[in-house]
Amino acid sequence: MSSTFETIANIIAETCDIPRDSITPESHAINDLGIDSLDFLDIAFAIDKAFGIKLPLEQWTQEVNDGKATTEQYFVLKNLSARIDELVAAKGA
Amino acid sequence: MRIEYFQLIDRIVDLNLADRKISSEATVPAASTIFEGHFPGYPLMPGVLLIEAMAQTSGWLVVAMNRFQRMPFLAAVKEAKLRTFVKPGELLSIDARLEHDGSGYAIVEAKIRVERKLICDAALTLRVLDFPNAEMEREMRDRAATIGLTVEAPADG
Repeated sequence: MSSTFETIANIIAETCDIPRDSITPESHAINDLGIDSLDFLDIAFAIDKAFGIKLPLEQWTQEVNDGKATTEQYFVLKNLSARIDELVAAKGA
Repeated sequence: MRIEYFQLIDRIVDLNLADRKISSEATVPAASTIFEGHFPGYPLMPGVLLIEAMAQTSGWLVVAMNRFQRMPFLAAVKEAKLRTFVKPGELLSIDARLEHDGSGYAIVEAKIRVERKLICDAALTLRVLDFPNAEMEREMRDRAATIGLTVEAPADG
């Protein structure tokens, strides 16, 4: 079974036509990979389906806009993977 | 259908919140200035307006499911297929099913049939946002009442 990071990296590569080997755990989806908000909806849809969760994109965006969080916390892929793992764990609890 | 006003849906004929589905109908007008250009001597309902009719039907489904709390806006059109021509006066039967209710967006599969024949279909992405102002929300509620959209059933089905 592939790791969470591997799964989302593959989703990003396929959805946004980004070479898979350029996507690392340190990549920032927006700043490094150049993914815009509309493309990120496609990624969110694929992640939601793959993991059976609902990424709280609106909550994250609000927190960033309010200065309560940084984009790195949610959009650097190792951190995104951790958030997904938390959501999966919460769903199974 | 008031095509020049972009009011493409005449009536909601079925709404099933449990199954996350909606059906609507719309009659393409017999005459319109649009047909003078599309096309001269051979009037056809523009494909982009068929897509818009699917988007509006999908939007009413999303509005019904969130009980007029939020407003869907068309963001992406995928896998759109315009399979055959639609002529003035034809009755469109439009079906939409919510594929995914995401955070701030929705994915909907929509189809249009004429006399049971599949005319077009697409996967639509809608951004779902707060109403930008009270006037728009009021207008949407009024329009919903006009086309027979009621939302008494629980939003989550």
